Amino acid sequence: MTYEGWSSFAQTWGTLYFTAIFICALVYALWPRNGQGFRRAAQLPITEKDNGDDRPLA
Amino acid sequence: MAAAFSRERVDGSAVAVGMVMLIVLVLALAGAANAVDPAFRTHSFMFAIAATLGLGGLLTWHELSERQPRFDRTYYEEGIVKAGIAATMFWGIAGFVVGLIIALQLTFPNLFYFPELGWTNFGRLRPLHTSAVIFAFGGNALIATSFYVVQRTCRTRLVGGIWPWFVFWGYNLFIVIAATGYLMGVTQSKEYAEPEWYADIWLTIVWVTYLAVFVGTILRRKEPHIYVANWFYLAFIVTIALLHLVNNLSIPVSFAGSKSISVFSGVQSALIQWWYGHNAVGFFLTAGFLAIMYYFIPKRIDRPVWSYRLSIVHFWSLIFIYIWAGPHHLHYTALPQWAQTLGMTFSIMLWMPSWGGMINGLMTLSGAWDKLRTDPVVRMLVVSVAFYGMATFEGPVMSVREVNALSHYTDWGIGHVHSGALGWVGFVTFGALYCMTQWVWKRNRLYSNALVEWHFWIATIGIVLYITSMWVSGIMEGLMWRAYNQFGFLEYSFIETVSAKHISYIIRALGGGLYLTGALIMVYNLVRTARGDVPAEERRKLRASPAVQPAE
Repeated sequence: MTYEGWSSFAQTWGTLYFTAIFICALVYALWPRNGQGFRRAAQLPITEKDNGDDRPLA
Repeated sequence: MAAAFSRERVDGSAVAVGMVMLIVLVLALAGAANAVDPAFRTHSFMFAIAATLGLGGLLTWHELSERQPRFDRTYYEEGIVKAGIAATMFWGIAGFVVGLIIALQLTFPNLFYFPELGWTNFGRLRPLHTSAVIFAFGGNALIATSFYVVQRTCRTRLVGGIWPWFVFWGYNLFIVIAATGYLMGVTQSKEYAEPEWYADIWLTIVWVTYLAVFVGTILRRKEPHIYVANWFYLAFIVTIALLHLVNNLSIPVSFAGSKSISVFSGVQSALIQWWYGHNAVGFFLTAGFLAIMYYFIPKRIDRPVWSYRLSIVHFWSLIFIYIWAGPHHLHYTALPQWAQTLGMTFSIMLWMPSWGGMINGLMTLSGAWDKLRTDPVVRMLVVSVAFYGMATFEGPVMSVREVNALSHYTDWGIGHVHSGALGWVGFVTFGALYCMTQWVWKRNRLYSNALVEWHFWIATIGIVLYITSMWVSGIMEGLMWRAYNQFGFLEYSFIETVSAKHISYIIRALGGGLYLTGALIMVYNLVRTARGDVPAEERRKLRASPAVQPAE
C-alpha cells in the first residue's frame, strides 16, 4: 500500500473507527443503568479494610 | 542435598527466575570475553555480577524461607511495596542532586566544569538527571504504587510468586545500566530513550513480566469491577511497552558492542521519536500518576471519587487523544504540515480530558475541604493536581505553532516540564509515599506532620522560583533570538542571550536546591516513620499524661 493510500485510509475510515469506539465508551459511561455499579466501584478503595494484618477480607 | 531441593520445597517461579539469571550470566560472560568496546565489557560484567547476586539471593531466600508458606494467598504482598518506597526515595534524591549539579554547571561554568573528568560533562549528566527522575524515581513510584493499589482494589495477593521481585530488581538493574552507560558515553541519542539495544532488550523482558504480574493479579480479583486506577496503570504499562518496542527498533553494529543503528531515518525517525517522547509524558508521567491520584486522594480523605462516570470518560478521552499529540514537537521541520497541525489540534483537544481529570481530583474533596488545612499530605496531593491542571493548560498553548515559534528550544520548555515534573509528578508521588509508608509499616501517624509542612512549603517555594525564572529567561531568550536591527541583521549574538539568562539561572538553581531540601526532609521523616519513632515532645507528653502510667 502506498503512502497516499495509508494516509487517506487513516484520515477517513480510521477517524470514523476511533470515533465509533469512543462513542461506545461514552455510552457505557453515561448509560443510566450502569450508575449503580459505578457507585459501588467508586467505594472500592474506601470499603477495603484489612484489620491491620495484611489479610484481604473475603 | 536432594532433600534440600525436594519437589515440595522448590518454588516454580524461583526456578524460572533462576534459569533467566543463568542465561543472563552465560550471555554476559560471553559478552565480556568478546567485547569490542570497553563500555560493553563494563556492562557485561555488571550484568554478570547482577545475575550472580540474583542467583545467590534466590538460594539464600530458598534456604531461609523453608518453614513458612512462601506465598500465602491469604496475605497481601507488602514487602515489595516497602522495597519500592525505599528505591523511590533513593533515586529521587539521586536525580534531584544531579539536577542541581547541572543547574549549577549552567549557572557557574567556571566552578562546575571539570575538563579532566569528561564523564561529569553536562552532556553526560543531563540524561542521567532526566532518566533518574523520570524512569528511576517515577518508575519505581509507579511500580510500588501499582503493586499496592492492584492488590487492595482487587482484594487479592500479587500473582507470580517471585516474579514481582524480578520486576523490581530487573527494573532497577536497567536503571543502573542506563545511568552508568550515560556516564561512559553510551547513548542512542534519542531523548528519554537513550539506553542502547541490550539495555532495551532487558527492559522489554522486565516490562512484559510486569504486565503479566499486573494482569494476572487483576484476573484473580475478588471484585467484579476493575477500579479506575487499575485502568490507568494498565494503559501506562501497555502503552509504554508499545512505545519502547517501536522507538527502539535498531540493529546492533556488533552483538558484542554497545552501538546500534536505528531502523528509522530522517523525518520518520523524528516522528517515531516524538510519538514515543510525548507519549512517555502522556502515559508514563500522566496516566500512571493519575492512577495514583484516583486511589490515594479518595483513600486518604475517606471519600469516593467525585464522579466515577467522569473518571471513565477521562480515561478513554485521554487514551484516544494523547497518542496523536507527538508531532507538536516537530513544528517548522520536514514533517508534513498536516501532521504538525494534527499534533497541535490533538494537543488543544487534550485540554478537555486533562481538566476533566483535574476537576474530578479536586472535587473529590467537596465536603472535606478542611483536610487541606489539617492534613499536609492531603494538601500535597491536591496541590499536585492543581499543578497538573496548570501544566496541562500551558502545554496545549505551547503546542500552537505560533507560540511554539517563540517557546521552542528556549527555557520556557524547561520551565513547562518542571511545573509538570516537580509540581504534578513529584508532589503526587510524595503524597503517595507519605500515605504508603504509614500504611505498609502499620503506623498510626507519620513521625512528624510538622516536617511534612516544612517539606510542602520549602518545595512549593522552590517550584515557584524554578518555573517563574524559566518563564522569564525563556521568553526573554526567545525574543532576543528573533530580534532584528534596522539593517535586517540579528540584534544579539548567541552568547549575549546566554549571559542575559545568568540571574534566572541563579534563581533556578536556588529553586532546585529548595526542592531537594524538601525531599531530604521527607526521606528523614519517612525513615523515622518506618522505624516507628515518636517525636521527643510527643514522648514527653505521653509520659506526663496520667492515662498511660502503669497501674499501682
